[in-house]
Amino acid sequence: MNLTLHVWRQPGPGAPGRMVRYQAADISPEMSFLEMLDVVNERLMETGEAPIAFDHDCREGICGSCSLMINGVAHGPELGTASCQLHMRSFRDGQEIHVEPWRARAFPVVKDLVVNRSALDRIIAVGGYASAPTGSAPDGNATLIPKDAVETAMDAAQCIGCGACVAACPNGSASLFTAAKITHLGLLPQGQPERARRARRMVEQMDIEGFGQCSLYGECQEACPKEISIDTITRMNRDYLRALTAPERAAAAESD
Amino acid sequence: MELNSKIPGGPIEQKWDKHRFEMKLVNPANKRKYTVIVVGSGLAGGSTAATLSELGYNVKCFCFQDSPRRAHSIAAQGGINAAKNYRNDGDSVYRLFYDTVKGGDFRSREANVYRLAQISVEIIDQCVAQGVPFAREYGGLLANRSFGGAQVSRTFYARGQTGQQLLLGAYQALEKEVARGGVTMYPRTEMLDLVVIDGRARGIVVRDMITGRIESHAADAVVLGTGGYGNVFYLSTNAKGSNATAIWRAHKRGAAFANPCYTQIHPTCIPVSGEYQSKLTLMSESLRNDGRVWVPKRGGDNRPPFEIPEAERDYYLERRYPSFGNLAPRDIASRSAKMVCDEGRGVGPGGRGVYLDFADAIHRVGAETIRERYGNLFEMYQRITDENPYEVPMRIYPAVHYTMGGLWVDYNLMSTIPGLHVIGEANFSDHGANRLGASALMQGLADGYFVLPSTVSDYLASVAPASTDTSHAEFRRLEAEVAERTRTLLAIGGKRTVDSFHRELGHLLWEKCGMARTAAGLEQALAQIPELREEFWRNVNVPGSDAELNQALEKAGRVADFLELGELICRDALDREESCGGHFREEYQTADGEAKRDDEHFAYVAAWEYTGDLRHPRLHKEPLDFEYVHLAQRSYK
Repeated sequence: MNLTLHVWRQPGPGAPGRMVRYQAADISPEMSFLEMLDVVNERLMETGEAPIAFDHDCREGICGSCSLMINGVAHGPELGTASCQLHMRSFRDGQEIHVEPWRARAFPVVKDLVVNRSALDRIIAVGGYASAPTGSAPDGNATLIPKDAVETAMDAAQCIGCGACVAACPNGSASLFTAAKITHLGLLPQGQPERARRARRMVEQMDIEGFGQCSLYGECQEACPKEISIDTITRMNRDYLRALTAPERAAAAESD
Repeated sequence: MELNSKIPGGPIEQKWDKHRFEMKLVNPANKRKYTVIVVGSGLAGGSTAATLSELGYNVKCFCFQDSPRRAHSIAAQGGINAAKNYRNDGDSVYRLFYDTVKGGDFRSREANVYRLAQISVEIIDQCVAQGVPFAREYGGLLANRSFGGAQVSRTFYARGQTGQQLLLGAYQALEKEVARGGVTMYPRTEMLDLVVIDGRARGIVVRDMITGRIESHAADAVVLGTGGYGNVFYLSTNAKGSNATAIWRAHKRGAAFANPCYTQIHPTCIPVSGEYQSKLTLMSESLRNDGRVWVPKRGGDNRPPFEIPEAERDYYLERRYPSFGNLAPRDIASRSAKMVCDEGRGVGPGGRGVYLDFADAIHRVGAETIRERYGNLFEMYQRITDENPYEVPMRIYPAVHYTMGGLWVDYNLMSTIPGLHVIGEANFSDHGANRLGASALMQGLADGYFVLPSTVSDYLASVAPASTDTSHAEFRRLEAEVAERTRTLLAIGGKRTVDSFHRELGHLLWEKCGMARTAAGLEQALAQIPELREEFWRNVNVPGSDAELNQALEKAGRVADFLELGELICRDALDREESCGGHFREEYQTADGEAKRDDEHFAYVAAWEYTGDLRHPRLHKEPLDFEYVHLAQRSYK
């Protein structure tokens, strides 16, 4: 295949960036999107040009490093697929492809297609856990957990923290990311004691980090490579409201 | 250099308990005066950084990824072993210990493995308490599945994403400690040297990958949890960033490197599809619970799989290993796949593949059940190959997956440099010459949550807190050395890209030091690697500057280290004149093609000391004694 790429090049944080055009000739449809970029980069380096910087690591859709806006869609055209698992067979010969970094106020561009997503770590740090200092745990089978509760928790826990939900959201909201963690832990007995505190602190941290509000566009669940549902946002809103309006009832941590 | 394994005395069941009592403790009020550096934030590094902080130590944790949650442990699929015996199928701590020693082909330390089996049960409890959503039965109890090399069902799992869920548990505990102030996290920061002062590890030199700044960090102890070195082969199931630089730098500062030739080639990976291939993708070994491995009986049979009748298929694992069948251990399953492909019976493009067929399982339990068990793996397979494994058999081939070798550590997980501890895949300790499935997660978390926090306290109790800071001249000297190396790489201005060297090295290692090795092939590799290294330092082209995010520069430093490590791997493989586990020397095999160990001459850990001359490392041997598990030829027949 022969493709024309338009790639966002930006030398550093705060520096002006622009779209640059590259020809990608002789691309195999079996290549992954990132392998196609590898080929482009190898050719750039052979001619003495600076390669395109992009985040990537596991290349099997689980580490959440890759973060490409492809033709205006976070992670490109395939549903439930991270950029690294997207293959060139999803494109047609001669196609023009625009590649940009995640765009959001809370994700400043570091270089080219690389952004800083540390705001997501800070949302986890304020409450996205069930406290269990090492050594303090009872037997793993001491508490029964219904299979469907665990399965629904796992659906949310699959979040890879890539930030596609933020990039896809017209408001730049991190609601799907935050709600996924609140849902995962909120559905399990281990997550109950800190449930209200978790919801309140994580939601407030989203605001502090400069993420936008959720107005239920639903773009996030379309972009999510793990297909996490916006049902989780309903759960987050419920936990958050309950934490604000009925703190003592929330503290009693009744389950859904 | 003296290797003292420091294995405690007494019966094996009591060693760890007794040792825990005998180790010195640090007064709670003094703990915050001690700083511990943890490099790596995967299952081992992340869990230990969180736990040390909970204990009250001041922790600095470093990772090259943009977030600790992205360490490559995240990609582990299948599960984690624990001797819970929840299935009442005859499991016990002793059986897990026995299976692991035998599975490692009798090249691991009994005392370490026993401790690992003991701790395995606590890990599950710990992770459940953190909210890890392990699979459950309808009654609400934890579910299990089987894995290769065992006849009991002791593997706990969270769909095909067990590593992800365990790592997120450790990561969340770590972030909680970051918020509390116990851990300072340094993401996008790469360790480039180890600082040893007066014979003790006292700190590290790092590069900030965004600004390029070279900085020093001092500590009372340094812990490396930086993972394995499988990427020395270029194509592997490791993440693209996984590298050996931290352990290789430590090796060059005096840490012995143990058993570098023990590499695990995982039997169930998606075959290579072209020259541009950047990495290989694993399909969890758990698939072998329901998938049947086969090739056509006749070489050159190009019919599509469904046109090949039963009678003309060779289910070679079931045929050769009737009692373990498709669940034979990884080294055996990989070698068998290579053997049938070498016979010209491989399938798919290039003939480097075998079928993993779910048709019988789908017929037996239904597609829905199979979807529930492996749905995400099937989807991943389809995404990569564009083939639907519910309808056509998967094609798989072995790929480099894990390295059992690593820095030598004693029972306390301390290297030959006092104060330098090594945990998880980065050390050599528990898997011998072959790791069993679902044991890496177990070992990473055993080291990180339970072993290291105890043993590092014992070490710290013997040193005064904060006795060194970065004003020491040795930090300046090594910073200058690191900066100089970076400048040299950028100044070469040659004709070849970093990746072209990496690919060539990887190809050479895969051909000469992969699934089957010979003295002649290894000699060739040992002649070629130094030439390639010489060309690298003369002809590599690293664009850009050192004062920016420069991914080519990062890669160049790592590949430079792989070019040195690759030589040591081949030297170790040449020196070990036997076949054991993942190390198969064609000269040493039984009449039916099984690995032939030589316990009389090779029942030792090979620990290599860097002498300043890559061609002449010094070999030290730690003899392995087997008091409990009887040395025998492994049989899975």
